[in-house]
Amino acid sequence: MSIKGKACLAGAYEHPTRKAENKSVAQLHAEVAKGALDDAGLTKQDVDGYFCAGDAPGLGPLSMADYMGLKLRHLDSTDTGGTSYLIHVAHAAQAIALGKCNVALVTLAGRPRSEGHSGTQPRTFAANLPDAPFEAPYGIVTTNSYAMVAMRHMHEFGTTSEQLAWVKVAASHHAQHNPHAMLREVVTVQEVLDSPMVADPLHRMDCCVVSDGGGALVVTRPEIAKSLAGQMQRPLVKLIGAGEASKGQAGGNLSLTTSGAAWSGAAAFAEAGVKPADIQYVSIYDSFTITVVVQLEDLGFCKKGEGGRFVAGGNLISGSGKLPFNTDGGGLCNNHPGNRGGMTKVIEAVRQLRGEAHPQVQVKNCGLALAQGTGGQLGTRHGSATLIMERG
Amino acid sequence: MMERKIPAPAVNPENRPFFDAAANGKLVLKFCNACEQYHHYPRSHCPHCFSSDTEWLDAKGSGTIYTCSVLRRGVPVRYCIAYVTLEEGVSMLTNIVDCDLDTVKIGMKVKVVFKPTDGGPPVPMFTPA
Repeated sequence: MSIKGKACLAGAYEHPTRKAENKSVAQLHAEVAKGALDDAGLTKQDVDGYFCAGDAPGLGPLSMADYMGLKLRHLDSTDTGGTSYLIHVAHAAQAIALGKCNVALVTLAGRPRSEGHSGTQPRTFAANLPDAPFEAPYGIVTTNSYAMVAMRHMHEFGTTSEQLAWVKVAASHHAQHNPHAMLREVVTVQEVLDSPMVADPLHRMDCCVVSDGGGALVVTRPEIAKSLAGQMQRPLVKLIGAGEASKGQAGGNLSLTTSGAAWSGAAAFAEAGVKPADIQYVSIYDSFTITVVVQLEDLGFCKKGEGGRFVAGGNLISGSGKLPFNTDGGGLCNNHPGNRGGMTKVIEAVRQLRGEAHPQVQVKNCGLALAQGTGGQLGTRHGSATLIMERG
Repeated sequence: MMERKIPAPAVNPENRPFFDAAANGKLVLKFCNACEQYHHYPRSHCPHCFSSDTEWLDAKGSGTIYTCSVLRRGVPVRYCIAYVTLEEGVSMLTNIVDCDLDTVKIGMKVKVVFKPTDGGPPVPMFTPA
């Protein structure tokens, strides 16, 4: 059984805030839920499936479901970090295909910026984590974890800081057109290289922003989406392939330059029956510039080790490059709500397929898009998820 | 120069022999008698074949840097995190210490040293051999 064509993305909403000092996290969940339901043309009463990750307030989905007054027959709080929301869309499609729900709501919200979080601080370790005693003493944080991946990628394949910088340059070219983006200034490769070194070899501009906010998605049965799209006079966004995977340290047999995207991507492409060359737009999780390079290789957009050369020279810039990516400005320039960027990856892919991206970055006749997420840390253990969506 | 405070590892019944050995200046690894492979971090069940027939063996305490990064911003004292591939074949997360951090490179030969933690047992780190 496949989820191909069994579910559609009927609603998508990105919270415009980037700093929510005077709001609660639960309130942000409600705001994005309302936004996505309005976008879909549905109401709270239509929702019978709900998805959030482990960072939502309360025990799994229970507090949020109660807070928003949802009457549910399907609940899922799968947490794989920032990539959770892509997995939620895939699981929603599975539930819909099995008749377990008709209208699934997925929400994300967080306030790391107001709460003073940064990527150079250690994670909070739960007392019984098996890996933490062998990692926490050494000061593993988000930045140096990804930096070790970049260092190894440079060592194995000759990837350069200039090549990584092109990922940020492309994102900044897109962000200039997004009025909500945190960083709207177009930057050059030299400016990326001149920004302060955070964790060798990653500069400040190789790192994503820290932002408050959130987003939500509504996934429905195709008949419902079709009727709503008709009312709204806009194209249908169909899910045609999905894959998920996790990858870790393999008991000490490390291979840091390959991500779980090699597995989740292959599964999604097989289910969708398409190949990388068919994809017209990609949303690629960009916690750091290196994250994009590794995932593009693993998804098959170029060979392993050639990601640096692939992204160089503006190849990811919409309008001039061969593979337009993150046309909202991505996590590098626009938004990384709750330190979890998977949600915004799906939202921008939906905008592209509907033709609702900013005209300056809209891909012409965008009919096939891919969204890719990684959550956790590439340098230790991470979740990966790939979605392939088609305009219908 | 200011010293970096090293957070104490959370010792539990499963990992205690590792940190007891560290307190005695020894690096130990888990070896699986069923599939005859080492693994790290240490577990009761082998992550390769899932046998529970695992035992602690002394490691040689030398290896090669697989990857490394010096964290320079947002911390009071900069430090070098690394994965070191031990002679026994497994890679472990660690710090490279007691050297000029700007000279640390992938491929460098290193040997184990033990560093005190903040209120816990010492932990293995590595320094150029």
